[in-house]
Amino acid sequence: MRNPFVMECGEFHVSYKQDMAIWKIPRVRTRIFLIVAFFAIFPLIVSDYVVSLATLCGIAAIGAIGLNILTGFTGQISIGVGAFLGVGGYTSAILTTKLGLSFWLSVPLAGVITAIVGALFGIPSLRLKGLYLAIATLAAQVIILFVISRWDSLTGGTAGLVLLRPEIGNFAFTSEDSYYYLMFVILLITTIFSLNLFRSRVGRAFIAIRDRDIAAEVMGIDLFKYKVMAFSVSSFFVGVAGALLGHYTMIVSPELYSISVSIEYLAMILVGGLGSVFGSIYGAVFITLLPVVLRAFVELLNGMFPGLSDVLVGMKEVVFGLMIILFLVYEPEGLDKIWRNIKNYFRLWPFSY
Amino acid sequence: MGILDIKSVTLRFGGVVALDHVSFEVKEGEIFSLIGPNGAGKTSMLNCISGLYRPTSGSVLFKGEDITNLKPHKRAALGIARAFQNIELFPHLSVLDNLMLGRHVRMKTGVLAGGLYWGKAQKEEVEHRKKVEEVIDFLELEHVRNTPVGTLSYGLQKRVEVGRALALEPEILLLDEPMAGMNNEEKEDMARYIIDIHEEKKTTIILIEHDMGVIMDLSNHIAVLDFGKLIAYGTPKEIQNNPRVIEAYLGEEHVG
Ligand SMILES: Nc1ncnc2c1ncn2[C@@H]1O[C@H](COP(=O)(O)OP(=O)(O)O)[C@@H](O)[C@H]1O
Ligand SMILES: [Mg+2]
Repeated sequence: MRNPFVMECGEFHVSYKQDMAIWKIPRVRTRIFLIVAFFAIFPLIVSDYVVSLATLCGIAAIGAIGLNILTGFTGQISIGVGAFLGVGGYTSAILTTKLGLSFWLSVPLAGVITAIVGALFGIPSLRLKGLYLAIATLAAQVIILFVISRWDSLTGGTAGLVLLRPEIGNFAFTSEDSYYYLMFVILLITTIFSLNLFRSRVGRAFIAIRDRDIAAEVMGIDLFKYKVMAFSVSSFFVGVAGALLGHYTMIVSPELYSISVSIEYLAMILVGGLGSVFGSIYGAVFITLLPVVLRAFVELLNGMFPGLSDVLVGMKEVVFGLMIILFLVYEPEGLDKIWRNIKNYFRLWPFSY
Repeated sequence: MGILDIKSVTLRFGGVVALDHVSFEVKEGEIFSLIGPNGAGKTSMLNCISGLYRPTSGSVLFKGEDITNLKPHKRAALGIARAFQNIELFPHLSVLDNLMLGRHVRMKTGVLAGGLYWGKAQKEEVEHRKKVEEVIDFLELEHVRNTPVGTLSYGLQKRVEVGRALALEPEILLLDEPMAGMNNEEKEDMARYIIDIHEEKKTTIILIEHDMGVIMDLSNHIAVLDFGKLIAYGTPKEIQNNPRVIEAYLGEEHVG
């Protein structure tokens, strides 16, 4: 077998079907297989703590892909993601604890309910653009959180609700490894679904609306229908991520879905790359791990200079803001672009000039 | 009755009268040209036909059916396609994807089928890809098929703009200055494409163009607009000898 990590210098296809396939050539297929295999055996090698971080990254990635579908691909900015995660988490919590539904039903239903709520709050997008739409989605964030924290009988108010890990027969997904695999399968499905979406009719329509809405309309795209559709598809994945997160941390409560969560998700797709499925994943990993790395760093410094951590308490927000500004200025296409540059460099290696 | 009937269309923007009781009919299968000095209201007329502007009064009939209040996307579904004067392509998408978007109304795949990309959805993509490849062959765009259109030369972008409209397999093709800003060679190519579209596909074409040579060669009928008013209508020969047209054009030259 040829080394699957050797880059191809050209691809030649003899049929449209072949040209349009995602895994274009066998070597790419092998490479993808190896990467998936790596992430499949990964939890067996590392500690539970690392697995738990990976699970959080993966769940964030599902939500980030969802947000990217709306903001990166369709061009409709939303700062209500935090609340939509909450809708997903609370829906699944209520369905499982109050109605006794199984996790396997409640998670897809959480996606569907969030999709409906998302579509509702997407209706103003026909009239509002840019900053105005951002403010309308901010209203969604505030309204949803208000309902969640005040509707005590259903949501448990500020105390929240306790959730359980899922089960299949006698097997419960209580270990770190098992929940990681559950997340991994759903992330894989989300990724493949999104990649497919953007090489077919509806996804192309989304991109057309982002790039030139007037031309899109004249080419026959119903702006209203497709914008609302983008809101609901996006919210579906955000809702699923919210439900997965709820069952993982086993608690939902209003302060977990604040506006700062919305900002974090926006940072993920900005840093990762707007309009890129893989970029969403890179961004989610980056933003999820950033505070962890920072904390380790501060602790390290604190050993050397006692008392420093007091000075650096606010550092997370500062570094966060700095990262976003640096990416916006120096690499607006995000980590995805940086990664492609690296790949292109090695594609031509050793003649990379 | 023509394939398109414009009945006393008036369009006002505040105090500006962009179109003033304009009426004409476009016959099925012809090349109909709309000419006139800059600011005469030509683009505004196309906007009324494709639905981006709603006339202040008057009506637009397509095959005898009143479409005055129909939204743009519904008109596309009826078979009215448009190439814009100022390029309105999707710059981040490849030529292929831009043309595939031209086929939007001819395709069916929804969100779920598209995301799963199984059986039918995949078959549809392949089928329509074939249609798009025909357009690519026709307009000789093979070499830039996978290039993002934003990076193409102006002349090529103009060609893709026409290609995207053509991919819709329109009954009426609206071309707003498809040759503007092109060099002579590119102009000749474009004129040839327009003739070929007309002859091979029997598409009705409404053409806006400033080059009188091209207009006289290609058109079956010509309508002349000046300050929003229709000042002449006829065959190229009739228009050439029309004193009002000569006056309008000379008038512009004196100003210019
Ligand atoms: N959206 C608009 N708002 C205000 N005025 C407009 C608008 N569109 C066109 N006009 C005016 O209508 C007149 C006709 O313009 P247009 O149709 O673009 O002319 P042409 O295409 O013949 O050069 C011009 O005076 C122009 O300023
Ligand atoms: Mg014009």
